[in-house]
Amino acid sequence: MTTHTDERYYVPHGSHWPAVGSLGLLFMMVGVSNWLNGAGAGFYIMLTGLAIIVFMITGWFAAVIGESEGGLYNAQVDKSFRQGMFWFIFSEVMFFAAFFGALFYARNMAIPWLGGESNNFFTNLLLWEGYESTWPSNGPGNMGGDYEAMPPFGLPLINTALLLTSSITLTIAHHALIAGKRAQVTAFLAMTFLLGFIFIFLQGFEYVEAYQHLNLKLTSGIYGSTFFMLTGFHGLHVTIGAIMLTIIWFRVLKGHFSAEKHFAFEAVAWYWHFVDVVWIALYVFVYWM
Amino acid sequence: MTAAVADAHDHHDDHGPAKGIGRWLFSTNHKDIGTMYLVFSLIMFFIGGAMAMVIRSELAIPGLQFVHPEFFNQMTTMHALIMVFGAVMPAFVGLANWMIPLMIGAPDMALPRMNNWSFWILPVAFGILLSTLFMPGGAPAGGWTMYPPLILQTGDAFPFLIFSVHLMGLSSIMGAINVIVTIINMRAPDMSLLKMPMFVWTWLITAYLLIAVMPVLAGAVTMLLTDQFFGTSFFLAAGGGDPVMFQHIFWFFGHPEVYIMILPAFGVVSEIIPTFSRKPLFGHDSMVYAASCIAFLSFIVWAHHMFTVGMPLTGQLFFMFATMLIAVPTGVKIFNWVATMWRGAMTFETPMLFSLAFVFLFTIGGFSGLMLAIAPADVQYHDTYFVVAHFHYVLVPGSVFAIMAGAYYWLPKWTGHMYNETLGKAHFWASTIFVNITFFPMHFLGLAAMPRRIPDYSTQYADFNTVASIGAIGFGLSQLLFVWVLLTSKKGEKATAEVWDNPPGLEWTVPSPAPYHTFETPPKLNESHGFH
Repeated sequence: MTTHTDERYYVPHGSHWPAVGSLGLLFMMVGVSNWLNGAGAGFYIMLTGLAIIVFMITGWFAAVIGESEGGLYNAQVDKSFRQGMFWFIFSEVMFFAAFFGALFYARNMAIPWLGGESNNFFTNLLLWEGYESTWPSNGPGNMGGDYEAMPPFGLPLINTALLLTSSITLTIAHHALIAGKRAQVTAFLAMTFLLGFIFIFLQGFEYVEAYQHLNLKLTSGIYGSTFFMLTGFHGLHVTIGAIMLTIIWFRVLKGHFSAEKHFAFEAVAWYWHFVDVVWIALYVFVYWM
Repeated sequence: MTAAVADAHDHHDDHGPAKGIGRWLFSTNHKDIGTMYLVFSLIMFFIGGAMAMVIRSELAIPGLQFVHPEFFNQMTTMHALIMVFGAVMPAFVGLANWMIPLMIGAPDMALPRMNNWSFWILPVAFGILLSTLFMPGGAPAGGWTMYPPLILQTGDAFPFLIFSVHLMGLSSIMGAINVIVTIINMRAPDMSLLKMPMFVWTWLITAYLLIAVMPVLAGAVTMLLTDQFFGTSFFLAAGGGDPVMFQHIFWFFGHPEVYIMILPAFGVVSEIIPTFSRKPLFGHDSMVYAASCIAFLSFIVWAHHMFTVGMPLTGQLFFMFATMLIAVPTGVKIFNWVATMWRGAMTFETPMLFSLAFVFLFTIGGFSGLMLAIAPADVQYHDTYFVVAHFHYVLVPGSVFAIMAGAYYWLPKWTGHMYNETLGKAHFWASTIFVNITFFPMHFLGLAAMPRRIPDYSTQYADFNTVASIGAIGFGLSQLLFVWVLLTSKKGEKATAEVWDNPPGLEWTVPSPAPYHTFETPPKLNESHGFH
């Protein structure tokens, strides 16, 4: 089956998927921009773009999976994919770092300065008289009105347990794959993405709770901004990760992956652990401290 | 099915490029993609240059003559965005695409389809950005740094600006991932890391910087977007946020970005100077360490762009000293280039001339950077034409000259013919003379406190501005000579595989022009290629 040895390099043939992807991005970005500017058609242009992107992702991955199962990829290609995935995850880490940076800056600099700390006595006196810095805070302008902060023990703690458990079940599935116990792989992989989807459901429930009972909104000053942007982008990543796990599950059912070669499985596993680590940072810095 | 796929693959390596538009649109060939990057960046260079002409025409004499102040501000903003993200960065990615596989003996980039997508996102991004010129409210006019709250006053262009920046980031990140993976995973088997050519080394470090900071820029502009449309308070003091916070996040990206634009330039020059000095690069390993030091320091100096916005004294001191520290590894590089030339059998072909001008003029930009790094002095220089002079010295006779040097150096390898040396030299001398006429007077304007980003000015600034404008128009016209060189590049005599006099590196072991597929099996290194 293997037509290639490592002495000869592998270069894939041309593909129309990147061009389709660019077309999709064009529609999506133009659409969403028009929509934000209040042009009604923008929403539908955006959906068209999104559909093209989904089509592109499906087609591109199908092509790559076909080539992989066809035995085209040698060990070097496998290594390139692994390193590519590692650096992609690193870029994601830096994306979250920007929002964590905003959180730390606001808590340790902006809010205390508005309250008159450091050399900002007159800022406080002349602009925001009477504002005392605290955390959480929706700022001296009481943006979004009075609210309650999200308590750390309750739903968020349950969610933490869910995600940590899902990382364990995923690791069990991985070890089972290496040991060749396919039934165990299927079971524990299914558990993993189900835990992921339950997490997202509970997160949605928490948002409803925040909006309806705590009056905690995206517009609730810097606390609301950092809370919803961090948990929101994290939730988006959990959703993407859970969908990827589901697809891996179907591939396992189809008999893909061997004990030695299962890059896609590992890539998704890395991604899932990354999402897990981000959550731990989130739980500590957004909910707890 | 398996057999069919494998069969189709076995044959594809042997044929040349596909026919028609599909060759470019669906390409997985690093040479074709490199060419597209380079052509794209040249087009952007002229579009951004045309905007510079508008700016300098308006500023040629005091008073308002050609454009409205709002349009002037759009020109300064768009000029910067296009030159930074559309001209300089893609030009270096184009050089990386063409040369890194050839220099390390790889058949192509490690992830060729993603390589194609990295490029084809760029026309979308810049199509969107340029379209904002025709929107109600015009193009973004708040400066390329996009500081809130000013940038939030942009008209319909605002979301288009944000998303085009997202797309540029996406393209850069994918391109950078590709470069790193190619270098780490695709080198010829006996090429250890410290045997890699300097251009490859500097790009490895640049790619790391790109992956580390482009997502941060994406985060920053996302916060702008949500502040504008979804009621968040990241940059709103009333909500507990801070407009200065944007500047911190932006410059955490922005300062490494500066090195993203200059480190590959260091690499190009480090390839060219040894060739035309007929000596190996002096202190190869120390160059690697110096570039790594510069990359590390670039993460901890960002607030020197913001000395005047208000920050604790300890912050000012830290950022001042950390910034001045960069002079040490940069000095190592400059002295190593000079030491490479020392007692060399030097000749002065066009690539060497551009490289020499680079060393000389970039150093001037470096020194004015040191002046700006001194916090108490910077309070005087901040937001004046001195800053404009400084960063144009490091970007034009710095980055752009290095790109030009690289283009002349490798052009015979790309086309298979020698370019017209007389035209090349004319291009060099015209560029070098006019670039100094343009940007040197700006130092004096800045020291005399002329502010940046203004369409009109007090009459005491008149004469130097006229000189700068004459220089700018001369520099712009000189670049047409480069187009002439390119258009006639296939008319010269046939180039040999080596092109130059025994240059170091694997790229000179393949024929000129480089065949469509090279190094389908890993090459062996030997001393005649400069490897020991």
